Parts: sequence; structure tokens; C-alpha cells
Amino acid sequence: MHMKKILFSLFAIAAITATAQEYFPNNDDISAVSNATRVIANATIVTSPGKQLENASIVIKDGKIVDIGKKVTIPSGALIEDASGAYIYPSFVEAYGDFSMKSPDRSSRGGQQYDEGREGYYWNDHIRPEQNAIDFYSYDSKAAEKMMEAGYGVVQTHLHDGIARGTGMLIALNNNGSDNTRILKDKSGHFYSFDRSRQTNQSYPTSLMGTLALLRQAHFDADWYAGGKAITRDRSLEALNANKNLVQIIEAGDKKNVLRADKLGDRIGKQFVIVGGKDAYEMMDDIVATNAQLILPVDFEDAYDVTNPYLEDFVNLGTMRDWKQGPANPMMLHKSGVKFAITTHGLKTAGDIHVKIEKAIEYGLTKEQALAALTTIPAAMLNASAMIGTLEKGKQANFIVTSGELFEKDTKIYENWVQGSKHVIKDRNVIDADGTYTAQLMGETYSITISGNSKSISVKQDSIKLGSKISRDGDWITITTSQKDATDDSFTRWMARLDADNSALTGKVYLPDGEQQAFTAVKSDAAADKEEEDENEDKDAVVDLGKMTYPNIAFGSESKPVEETVLYKNATVWTNEEQGIVENTDVLVKNGKIEKIGIGLRASGARVIDATGMHLTSGIIDEHSHIAIDQGVNEAGHNSTAEVTIEDVVDHEDINIYRDLAGGVTTSQLLHGSANPIGGRSAIIKLKWGYAPDEMIYDNSPKFIKFALGENVKQSRYQNGIRFPQTRMGVEQVFEDYFTRAQEYEKTRGTDNFRYDEEMEVISEILKGERYVSCHSYVQSEINMMMEVAERYGFVLNTFTHILEGYKLADKMKEHGAGGSTFSDWWAYKYEVNDAIPYNGAIMHSQGVVTAFNSDDAEMSRRLNQEAAKAVKYGGVSEEDAWKFVTLNPAKLLHIDDRTGSIKEGKDADLVLWNTNPLDVTAKAQITMIDGIVFFDIEKDKEMRIAVKNERQQLANEMIKAKNKGLKTQTPKQSTKTLYECNTLHW
Amino acid sequence: MNAIRYTGKTLIMKKILIIVSFLLALPVLAQQAPAPQQNKAYTIINGTAHIGNGSVIENAIIVLEDGKITSISSGQATNTTTKGEVIDAAGQHVYPGLVAANTTLGLVEIDAVNASDDQNEIGLFNPHVRSIIAYNAESRVVETMRPNGVLVAQITPRGGRISGKSSVVQMDAWNWEDAAVRIDDGIHVNWPSSFSRSGSWPNYGPIEPSKNYEDQIEELQQFLDKARAYHQVKAPENIDLKLEALKEVLAGNANFYVHVSGEKAVIDVLAFAKANNLTNNLVLIGAEGTQNIAADIAAAGVPILVARVHSLPTREDEDYDMPYKLPKLLADAGVLVGIENSGSMERHQVRNVPFYAGTVAAHGLDMEAALSMVTLNTAKILGIDDQYGSLEEGKSATLFISEGNALDMRTNKLTRAFIDGRDISLDTRQKDLYDRYMEKYSRED
Repeated sequence: MHMKKILFSLFAIAAITATAQEYFPNNDDISAVSNATRVIANATIVTSPGKQLENASIVIKDGKIVDIGKKVTIPSGALIEDASGAYIYPSFVEAYGDFSMKSPDRSSRGGQQYDEGREGYYWNDHIRPEQNAIDFYSYDSKAAEKMMEAGYGVVQTHLHDGIARGTGMLIALNNNGSDNTRILKDKSGHFYSFDRSRQTNQSYPTSLMGTLALLRQAHFDADWYAGGKAITRDRSLEALNANKNLVQIIEAGDKKNVLRADKLGDRIGKQFVIVGGKDAYEMMDDIVATNAQLILPVDFEDAYDVTNPYLEDFVNLGTMRDWKQGPANPMMLHKSGVKFAITTHGLKTAGDIHVKIEKAIEYGLTKEQALAALTTIPAAMLNASAMIGTLEKGKQANFIVTSGELFEKDTKIYENWVQGSKHVIKDRNVIDADGTYTAQLMGETYSITISGNSKSISVKQDSIKLGSKISRDGDWITITTSQKDATDDSFTRWMARLDADNSALTGKVYLPDGEQQAFTAVKSDAAADKEEEDENEDKDAVVDLGKMTYPNIAFGSESKPVEETVLYKNATVWTNEEQGIVENTDVLVKNGKIEKIGIGLRASGARVIDATGMHLTSGIIDEHSHIAIDQGVNEAGHNSTAEVTIEDVVDHEDINIYRDLAGGVTTSQLLHGSANPIGGRSAIIKLKWGYAPDEMIYDNSPKFIKFALGENVKQSRYQNGIRFPQTRMGVEQVFEDYFTRAQEYEKTRGTDNFRYDEEMEVISEILKGERYVSCHSYVQSEINMMMEVAERYGFVLNTFTHILEGYKLADKMKEHGAGGSTFSDWWAYKYEVNDAIPYNGAIMHSQGVVTAFNSDDAEMSRRLNQEAAKAVKYGGVSEEDAWKFVTLNPAKLLHIDDRTGSIKEGKDADLVLWNTNPLDVTAKAQITMIDGIVFFDIEKDKEMRIAVKNERQQLANEMIKAKNKGLKTQTPKQSTKTLYECNTLHW
Repeated sequence: MNAIRYTGKTLIMKKILIIVSFLLALPVLAQQAPAPQQNKAYTIINGTAHIGNGSVIENAIIVLEDGKITSISSGQATNTTTKGEVIDAAGQHVYPGLVAANTTLGLVEIDAVNASDDQNEIGLFNPHVRSIIAYNAESRVVETMRPNGVLVAQITPRGGRISGKSSVVQMDAWNWEDAAVRIDDGIHVNWPSSFSRSGSWPNYGPIEPSKNYEDQIEELQQFLDKARAYHQVKAPENIDLKLEALKEVLAGNANFYVHVSGEKAVIDVLAFAKANNLTNNLVLIGAEGTQNIAADIAAAGVPILVARVHSLPTREDEDYDMPYKLPKLLADAGVLVGIENSGSMERHQVRNVPFYAGTVAAHGLDMEAALSMVTLNTAKILGIDDQYGSLEEGKSATLFISEGNALDMRTNKLTRAFIDGRDISLDTRQKDLYDRYMEKYSRED
């Protein structure tokens, strides 16, 4: 206790001395000279990744390296420490964290908030580029200590709050220094994320696509603002412009978000450094194509505790693979040429970084690359290579001294020197007593095992385990043991002083009867032998990563599916063309297109599928779907959100894509929800399971946007809505208002007053007839209104979707030129569907309206063939026409009928082979093909079911094995995705 | 495309037309009256009769008298074999009225309109609550069941650990008393979740075995124990209405319906029922995830009303067709299986119950066996099979004639339907609206 106090006061003095600067007055004592040169000599020094010097020394003065190498010049009066046997590496650099940041105040405002809560800043409170880390900074020496123990010397920190977060600062972890020396850069980088600020309740954005749109618009506005046209001041836009030349860092998250962040950067002229991508290996080609540098988390999953099989059920195969394959991600990124820094972000404590990196190395990452990812790469990212990252003359004296080679299990960090200030983590001069010793005492053999830095002990007398305790004080070891005879309650005490050569314990034994005897316990090499064995074992073992598929979850393909030449023989073909339904017909598919339709076709090299007794149709097209969308189907923060687009958030790994394929669906329009009158833009995709989101989106896709009317947009289920509109009367005025503004916007184009506004651009496209509208609507009054508004503004409302009262004004729809995409038989779920009837489709169809049935529901979308059959029941539509409700008609509504929707030579080979008439309740898709590529095959599905079961079993076994080995496990989590419908506001 | 589409004159003309058509439409719009009692015999001939027990009779002659099927046979109809009105069903199919289990028909009119919602009483234990008295026989939703062949339904309350008592009704009545087929057929228990997700949106934590699971089961156990003790007293000093309400089910005279899913929970329910001597009147509702213990359920002789067939698999890794094939997997193991339809937007979807059965047939079950799952099996489970669920002599004349396979959307087209021999209307307000607007468009043409 006494010693500790003295030590503490010594440190305190050192700290004060270090703080004092030459021009600061000093009233504590007489002036002390503290800028002595220090030398750490005779170590193995790794000056930078891949460069190692044996028997080298490092000379430091004033926090910097003045010399380094095998031969160094040592000035007289230098303090020299011998470090022979030790290794020296550059201290690590953490590029991403919130070290020493005060947490900002949470917004205390409750309820709905649509407007901004600040004045003088951007209109959106989540855009906070004017925040500077230095204003939220207060050096946290305890946190610094933790980082230093992990090997870090310098960290970049910033306030983790907001979508634009402002600047970060670069800090040296020098607990003996002061902010005068520690702060290397006040503004070292500029930060973004996809997470909302906690300092505000402002509603917008409520979705990821809204976040992306907001970031785009803020930058368009900043460019405009830089032109000096604004008549008011905006400190946020000023900050965006002022911080432009700093490194731009964005926290993205998973692989898909990394790609989204990069795409955003492309749009606003930035190359982001992207935080995230721990699953990047699953989309490696796309990640490589970004050319972005990553700040890579290594919080690999622990095994799931699946000892309870019922809990195992909650762990998806994809999640199991994350555990199995995740640690290989750094290796694979490196092999693919992606540059990345490694971050502690996401780890419970910084100290966990070593276990994680050792794991990554076990999976093939080289030690050299690991070191680079912790030193030179982050230093370069932060434009700080001149100061930190390597050990060179003139750079900061930031280095760690270790017991051996880094990233080995038993290597310990002795010291972490930051700015020339030594921080001892483990005294390298303290003798390591851990090991197994053997002593002979009065004819008996004692085996003594000391472990855990002399904190644990076990003692055996012959083979009998004795009760034992150990304590250590400096080089003195005291051991207390019980007796072999358990009924004897006396103790034996052992006192020994450690030998400097650490080969034996030598001292005295105090026996219970008061006798004293000398003893020598000799250290055995057993531990070392074992280690060697382990190492050999590791070297031989090649880490097996198991199966990887496209996408990398259950029912993915082992290779990316490819286009084939296929000849369907002898099918009943539903052409959807003039020839109608033709029997005993062959269809040849080549180069992704329908090459030929006929009888007795032959084709060399084609895979022939005998379709005798089966029916071949064009693929089902779902005009209204919300599957395969990430993080929000609605941007509900504004009553108009034309600036957002589902194309930004397509989720190619949604299992519902596969399920839809099994139901014969080949194309879906992924629509924005119905939270607001002017919603977001659509993504029209082909369900190419195993392909990336951008490969699923139609080439030259027709442009679509969602509108919505009625109960959802007027927030009729809210108690006290405050957002305009709250009535159908207001809904009309929203359109009037935005269309008027868009017209005025067009007038400013090309003038000095023009401010690029994505929302206005999109609405202008609608007015110009370049973008089609799919309008969520139910009752006739609002449908009438919408058509009249469209006519006033000179465009045709392309599609009314839902449109359950379409039957009441089918004639007007026909006259206007609108199509209807409706539910077959839904009703009674809310007041505005009280007059919904299942004959709606038949009536609209009878009046010449292009009529489709859609799903709006992941369950229904996979059996739209059954829904089409209901048009035969309700209203007597012919089978051929009913089938068009889910194929050709939605293709027409989506303006893709020149490419798909019927079986016609030259069209895309989007085909489904059914066991029987597709409208029959017993119909099952056998093969579903898109662009000539088979994405679902019922026979292959059978094989995959077995494969999924087997692989789950194997991975569960491996997880149990990991648990039994004593590795950490986690409780299973169910990773179910939110199933979106039109009015889903959460995600 | 003109902003103003009509001139003043045509607008007036249109108005007059609208008024005229409105007057014309009025009698049509009046709600369909329930059919009067059977006052003459009917004989359906030449149709294919799907009995509901798995068998089919071609060229069936079915005689309906005094509300009953008095005869069903196969053959060429003659003057001696027919009675009363002869209905020629040549090329058509005759089915027993479909039975929909576990519905909330008539308890809620419009999902989003709270004032129209009477399905969920507050409180945890509500065995005394009775669905039958809230059943709105004149619900617009109920009438849409008839044109699809759903003629009988169980009306079930929701919520709580014990939701209350269900009753079985027929779908063509002036009021609930007339509608009732079997009053208070059983009580409904919502079995506690054995696994629960910790945390809350948007940061859900892991799935864990529910901490309250055992306690919640114990709570239910104690409630039943208390009731048994109470029932031993012949004339209790103070009447406990909740405990009184458990008399029939504990005596084995009413069904013990347990809404449950997941293998573990179902095993627990079986053990619970056994310990409480309720196995004989236990019915499982939902029962997703039981494909691997089907044999055990069959061995216990416990029937299942399987969850909505048109559902998504519960897990990402599951076979895409698991909900489609589960009824077959259970039936193959020997379980008595009916089909139910609870879930989102459940009321208007009840009319799709026949198509659930059709979908099960698509995934491997024989079409007639699939039919049983929405007719005789369900009737047996609900305890109404002495009168309903199959076309058999002596049973209620509750049946319909369809142009084609009633389990197929395309061909489920009803031409006639009878409930207890009453020749019911297949019209609905929805059909009226169809007629009204087709009339509108025919005038324009």
C-alpha cells in the first residue's frame, strides 16, 4: 500500500514536469531539465511492416525518434535501457472511435417532430458537419490506458452522433503529456454515418434510403451555397464546404451498406474511406470495384450455443456461416487487393483486438499485413504518415516493446511508448515465474505449477493434489500448502526467491512442526514441449471455410447461375400473344432470349427439357411488392419524398426472392410504401437469386414512383396527427403544391438562381411524362381527383395500385389511360376498403382497363397464379386473360412488355415450367428461368433441402465442439427480416 | 384529358341517370334475407358427390327433406327415386358445407375500425367470456362466405391466457340464436411462448427460452386446480363465475383448445393435458413446427387444426413449401387434421379456406382427403359431425353444388347451396355492387 502511494506520487510529479513548457512560469519547485535523450538498445525492431532489424536501438528525444538502427549515435548523458530479447513495433493507430468524447444530450422533445429544432443550421437536424470533436473532447486517461495496453499510440476520435457528424481529431495517448502535446490534429477527418442523431427527434429520415437522399441533397445544397447565392446563412453547409478537403470517413456497416456508401460518394464527388464490410468476402467483386479503402471491424462472431437443439432452430444457416467464414474476411480482402485498416470498433474492449487478429492470421492473413492494417495504412488514411505509423527518424516515438513476435499467443506487451513517454504494461524485468517445477522433500516428490503471472498455483504431492495458495512480492514467492492427509488441518509454508535465470525456485520450507528445510524446485520444459506440438498441429491444419454460395445463405447456388441454351420440348405454351395457348409446342432459349417457338425444333448443344404434359408460361410479374428491401420501405419523414429510391436499398439476400421464384415470379416492382402522398421511386428487378442488387435492377429501367392516397397518407390511425395532410382534401393540395413548385423549379433551370433539388428533379420527370406513377388508392373520390390533377398538369397517371373501387370508375380510368393493379379478393381490413369486391379485376378488365393482380405481401407473391385464378371465379374472366393479369398486363403497366410478359421470339427468356395448368390449384413451378438462366429447379431444390440440413448439422457440431473447447459462445439470435407491407413504418 | 369533362347539359343528364339508377338499385342493395325453413323436398341428381369422408359417389341422387339428407345413392334418377324439386347437377359437384374452424367472423367488421372490434376482452383468464353473444349474424363479411361454400364456422374469441368460449354457427341467420349450431363448444387457451426475443425494436437481442414460461404454465395449472377444488363443492356459498365456466371442459364435455406452435411447446401441452386428464378433449390449434413429432401427437389421439396454409415458412432455412405440406405430414402420421385460418386479415380470408385445402392437395395429399380437412375432420374436431361435415343419410342437409372442384379457385362456382335444408341465397352486397356497376357500364355501351 505504502509503495503504491509513493509510486503514484512519482507518476504525478513526472506528469507535471512533462506538462511544463519552457515558456510557462513554474511555482512548484526550481526548474528541472526533463528532456534527456533515451535509448532502448539491443532489441529486434520492426520499423515498418516487413522491415525487421536485429540487435537494433532506438534513440528518442522530445517525444521523437532521433535515430534508429543497428548503429546509432548516442549522445552523452543519454539514459540507456537494455532491451535484448525484446521486440519493438510501431504503436498501433486507431482510425475510428469515440475516445474521450462527451456524450451529447439526448433530445428531450417527445412526440412527432417534422421541422428542424435549430436555427442557423441546415433544415435537417441530423446533418451536423459543424460539430467539431475538439468541442466535445476531454482527455480520458483511463480509456487511454486501455488503448495503450492493447498497443495503440494514436487514435482518431469524433462524436458518434448524426448522419453528418463533423470533424474528428487525432490524439496521441500520452498520459504523461498534456493537450498541448497530445493533440496531433484538431481536424483530422470528416465523418458521416447512416445513423440518426440522438440530439433531435426530427422525423426525417426514417429509412436508409432517406438517409442516402439526405446526404446527397445536403451536398448539392453545399455546392450551391458555395456559389454565394443563398440569402441566409447556413453554418452546416459552410462546414460541409470547409471540411471538404479532409479525409471523408463514413460508417456504413455490412457489405451492402459499404457498396451504398461508395455509390453515394460517386454521386457527390467523394471517395469515402468506409467503416464496415466485415462480411465483404460475400460480395468481393463488388467491393473491389469500389476502389474504396476500408476501416475494417474484426468483431467476428462467437459460436452460437446450440447445445439446445430448439435454440439451434433460431440460427439460420447464413448466420452459422458468418461464424465459420467471417475470420477469413481480412485475408480474402487482402488477397483481392482491397486496402484496409483494422479497427477495434465493434469490440467489447480494445484488448480483444489481439485475439481477433490472431484468429484472422490463423485464417490466412499475414502478420505483416495485420501490422500494416494497424499502423501504416491507418496513418496514411489520416494523412499522418509523416508523424506516425512507422519507426523512422523524425517521427513520433510511438512504439511498443513486446516479449516476442507480435500476434503470437504468448507474446506480451511490456511497454507502450507514446511521444517518448514510457507506459509500462508489464515490467519486462520482472522474472516470469510461471511454469512447472519439481522438488524433492523428505523423500517425497512435489510438482508445483505456477500460472497466470504468479497468481495461480497447483501443487501435487506424488499424485495427490494438495490445497495451495500463492502470493508474490517482488522476486519473493510464498506458497502455502495443505497436507496429504486430508484430516490433518496444518499447513506447510514455502518461501523462495526467484533466480535471475528463472530456472528454479530456491528457498526454505517451514513445516507444521516448526522445522525448517531448504528446497530447490527445478523448472521443467514440459510447457515448451507442448507449445511446440501445438504449433506443429496448427501449421498442418488448413482452415476449412465450408460451403460458400450465391447468396451466402440457405438455398444459394454454389456457383453463380449462368445462362444456358435450353429446348423445352412438347409443352402446352401460354404465349400471351395472338396464337393463345398452343399445345405440343417447343420453345428454344438461347443467349438469354426466346430464340424460337415451333414444333419439332432441334438445337445442337441445347439442354433438352421434356415438357410433355407440362405448361410453359412467361414469368409472373408482381406489380406491387415489398420484398428484398433493406432498412425501411417507407420514408415517412415528409409528405413528399420523391428524392428517395428503393434502388438504393435492394436486398439481394432476402429468402423471399427464392420463395417467389418457387412460385414462378420473375419480375417484381419493389415499391416505396404508402406513408406519404408523394412516395419514393421504385426498383424494378428481375429475381436473379445469387446476383448483386445492381444486377437485378432492370437495365434502362422504366422510371417509376409511388404515390399514395387515403387513410395511410392522412395518418388516420394516429391519435393526433400534425403532418399535413390529415384529410383527402389536403391530399389533393399536396400534389397541387409540389407540381406547382416543380413547374417553377423548371423555370429556374439554367438561371443563376438554380439550386439542384433531387426531389424537384424527380417530380419534374413526372410532369414531363418521363417517369410513371403507381398510385396507391382505394375509393373512387380520390381516384377521380388524382386523374383530374394529372390532367391539369398534363400527364397520364400510369397505374392505380390497390384500386379496390376501380370498378366504380373503370370507364373514367379507361378514358384517362390509367391501368389498375389490384388485389384479387382482399377487403374489410380498413374503412376505405368497405366497398371492395372480388369482381373488381373482372369489371376493370371488361371496360378495357389494363388490369393486373399484385401481392403487396411476401406470402401472396409466391402464389399469384392462384390469385389470377380467382378472376375466373369472380366475374368469369377467361383463363387466358386471367393469366395475363399476373404476366403480360403488369408488364404493360411497367412498360417492360417489349422485353417480357409473353412468349414471343426475341423477348427475354423469363419462363416458368409448370406441372399443370398454372391456374389450377395443384400447379407447381418446376423450373423458373430469367434471361435464360435457371434460378429455380424443383429437383435441385430437393437436393438443396438435404444439403441445408446436413450443413446445419455439421456446423452445429462444430459450434458445440468450440464450446466444449472452452471458447466463448453467444445465445442464438433470430435474424428474421421485417416483412414489409405498404404501411410498415418500422424496420 | 380535358380539365372539365362534361358540359352542363350532360352533367344534368348524368345526374338524372344516377338518381334513376339509384332508385332502381335500392331493392337490390337491401341485404339478403336468410332463407325460410325447408318446406319441400329437393333431389339433386347426376352430380358427383364428394362425401367429405374421402369417398366420392358418381351420379349421385341426394334427397333433402325436413332439413336432412334422407337418402344418398348412386344411379340414374327416376320418378321413384326423386322427391320434390329436382336439381340436375350434371357435370357439377356436390359437397358438404365447408366448416371453418377458429374464426372471428362476426366479431369484427372492419379491422382498422376499433369500434367494430369485439374479439378481445381484457383480462388474462376469461373462460366465462362467450363469443356467441357478440356474433353478428348480419355481418357483411359473413355473407361473403356462402358463395365459396363455407357454410359453418366456429366463432372464437381472442386474447389472454384463456380467451373464452367459442361456439359453432351456420352462415345464414337472422341473429346469433338462430345461427347457433353448437354453443360453447370449448374454451381456448393461448399457450405461453416458450422462447422469447429480448430487447425491443430496433435493437432486438437474442432469442432465449422465455423466463416466464414455467411460471405462466404454473399459473394456468393453478387456475385449473382451483376450479377443480371449487367444482367439488356441491353448492358453493359464493359463486365464482370464472371457475363455474370451466365445469364442462374439466368434465370432458367441451373441448380444450390450445393455441400453440413449436415442437417444444406442443410436447409441453401434451404433457400438461395428460396430467390434467384433458387429453381426450384436447385440440391443438396452429401447431407449426410439429412435423417431427407427428407420430407422438397421433399416438396421443390429439387432433390438430393446422395453421393457415397460405403462410410463409417460419425460418429462412425451412423448405419453401413447409406450410403447404404440413397438414399432409401430420395426416400421414395418423393425426386427425383440420385447417384453420387465424392471423392477419383473418376474417375476409375465411372464404379462402377451400383453397387452403386445394393447396395441400397440390403438395401431395389426395384431393378428397384434403376436402376432409375442411369438412368432416373439422366437424369431428368441433363435435358437430353428428349433423355436419359429410353427405350422409340422417345428417343435416347442409351442402352446396359447384360447377367444378370447389377446392380450386377457378372452378369453385356455386350454383345452389343449402343450410339445414334451407335453399339459401348466394347473393352478397359484393355481388350487388358488381351487378350495379355492370348495369352502369351496360348503359354506357
